[in-house]
Amino acid sequence: MEHERGERRAAPRVLQSVMRWETALAVLLVLVFGVGARSSDQFLTSYNLQTICTSIGVIAIMALPMTLIIVVGEIDLSVASILALAAEMLGYLTLHHWPLGLIFVVVLALGAAAGAVNGFLVTVVGLPSLAVTIGTLTLYRGLATVVLGPNTVSTYPEFWTNLGVVSFPGVPFLSWSVAIFIVLAILFAIVLHRTSVGRRLFAIGLNREAAEHAGTRVGLVKMSLFVLSGVICAFVGILYTFELSSAGENIGIGFELQVVTIVLLGGVSIFGGKGTIIGVALATFVYAGLHSTLLLSRGFDDNDFMVVSGGLLILSVLIQSTPAYVRRFNEARRRWRAQRRTAALERAA
Amino acid sequence: MSTTTVDDAPIATEIGSTRLVDWVLRARTFGIVAVLALFVLVTAAIESRFVSTNNIQFILTQTSLYALLAVGEAIVIITRNVDLSIGSIVGFSAYVSVNQFQAHPGISILLVFLVGLGVGLACALVTATVVAVGRVPSLVVTLAMLYIIRGVDTIVVGSKEVVASSEPDSFNNLPEHTVLGIPAIALAVAVVVAIAAYYMRSYRSGRDLYAIGSEPQAATLAGIPIARRVFVAFLLSGALAGVAGVLWASEYATINSTAATGLELQVIAAVVVGGVAIFGGSGTVVGAALGALLLQTITSALNVLGIPSIWTEAIAGFLLVVAITLDRVIQVQQAAALRRRRVRLGA
Repeated sequence: MEHERGERRAAPRVLQSVMRWETALAVLLVLVFGVGARSSDQFLTSYNLQTICTSIGVIAIMALPMTLIIVVGEIDLSVASILALAAEMLGYLTLHHWPLGLIFVVVLALGAAAGAVNGFLVTVVGLPSLAVTIGTLTLYRGLATVVLGPNTVSTYPEFWTNLGVVSFPGVPFLSWSVAIFIVLAILFAIVLHRTSVGRRLFAIGLNREAAEHAGTRVGLVKMSLFVLSGVICAFVGILYTFELSSAGENIGIGFELQVVTIVLLGGVSIFGGKGTIIGVALATFVYAGLHSTLLLSRGFDDNDFMVVSGGLLILSVLIQSTPAYVRRFNEARRRWRAQRRTAALERAA
Repeated sequence: MSTTTVDDAPIATEIGSTRLVDWVLRARTFGIVAVLALFVLVTAAIESRFVSTNNIQFILTQTSLYALLAVGEAIVIITRNVDLSIGSIVGFSAYVSVNQFQAHPGISILLVFLVGLGVGLACALVTATVVAVGRVPSLVVTLAMLYIIRGVDTIVVGSKEVVASSEPDSFNNLPEHTVLGIPAIALAVAVVVAIAAYYMRSYRSGRDLYAIGSEPQAATLAGIPIARRVFVAFLLSGALAGVAGVLWASEYATINSTAATGLELQVIAAVVVGGVAIFGGSGTVVGAALGALLLQTITSALNVLGIPSIWTEAIAGFLLVVAITLDRVIQVQQAAALRRRRVRLGA
């Protein structure tokens, strides 16, 4: 025990910064892409890289607001349903020949409203976000079903549906969604890690009451985050519909698992107060690379990968908790030794 | 809510607040029954078909499945956890257990129920271990398990499906069995609910579950083995889901890899509507079962009144949101009432 404590104290700062979660992810990223490239010639082709990009882009964008929400100690499970609601509304309004500009405004406002309902129930009514967003997950998905019924709409202008086919100008395999993700990720990273707003988010996640006493309006901050999440998910709903060129009622079903998996794999603590955007960005590409590798080398389809996703989700929390397990184990061992020592002393006496 | 735990119950009686809490809890149960009665009366007035023997039997049979799941979910939620994996367990158990009829022709129905129970326990064992021993939030674990079990189910089932014609008639007719006009399944589930209610009310370990959900730190200090209790709660939930899977198989004509998808949300809605606080520590399994009955009655009423089925999901979600909101409002008022009472008694 003493030995171990000494070791921990003596650990040089350089080593500590190298041993970070993000470093492990970077290594993992290289590893995944290395294995992928070795196991299949198709892996590093421009076509496959673009497939990877389009498959992960929309999920990656939703992971950004989710990161902030989990950092403040809440969760939003309704993201995929807001996406669906936005997509169905886009289809419905297109069917009724609304001008596209107005449709965008209405759909984004709808996303904001959906997020505001979540935020209201969490901050004003005081309900746990888990319960609220499980409810709105069903509610918004149900409403999405009602909006368009069993119909699908695919009469979108070609200019917009090309978004899913053409790549970002100048970069052969970069999809528009990933380009948008990168821009947004930089913005989110600046806000989270370089501004007082970001520091307040961590403060709320670490100790809500302390943050409140320090003058942070916790309710307002959480409300804004849920609205932000709603708007971004609605935006993703539009983007994803254009990528698919059509939207049915099952669009994006189960995406919340992938979003939460990526965020937690990125080293964000499910208990709040800890996490980085760069970690989430790295996790995004690890996840996408793993999916593609398993698809090409082992023929894993979406169902097989669903199992992998679930396993990754549990694993990332388990690995994050390792220090706590070590502490618990050491404590138990210390207690056991103390007991034994007392027993020995008693016997000697 | 701490007044419902064992240790401080006698003290609470002295200041008379137990009676108040009891009264509020009973009032809530009465509330569900009242809403239920209102719904039945109004719907029956519009469409008399709703109260036909056939329809009532149908509602009871449908309810049994949800009530069984609600009991397990209620036990888990009372410990301030949640089990999102039950829908997947039901689907998986339904396929695996019914498949036994083809694999072993002439297998007894009891054995098939045991297979379902086993599937449920096996799935829950993983969840329970990671939650109780690994101390990972149950939300994360069961969300992951929801997809893991469904994924395994899809891999096993593939594009196959089991149709009712491949099952023995005695199994398919299970939902139609009645005793004195009441579906036998409903009676069996009522017995399970009664046993669970008795356990949660009168056994030390049952009361521990309330203590854990009410205030985990206080429960630790009181020497309650939290990990063991939570472990067992998840096993119970999984076992009941496994059995419910077999019931599901007997009620529905075809079982494919998407069977019972999203069922967990309806069950959680039933539990919360039934007065189990989503924060844990309060509520009863009887309430949860009544919540299931209420939701099934509403679904059936909407059906009879000719409201299109695409509305079902939206309405279920809406009811869940309303239920948790109402629950919170009642809780806040109740706490205020208790405080007032205590002040008056103290003065």
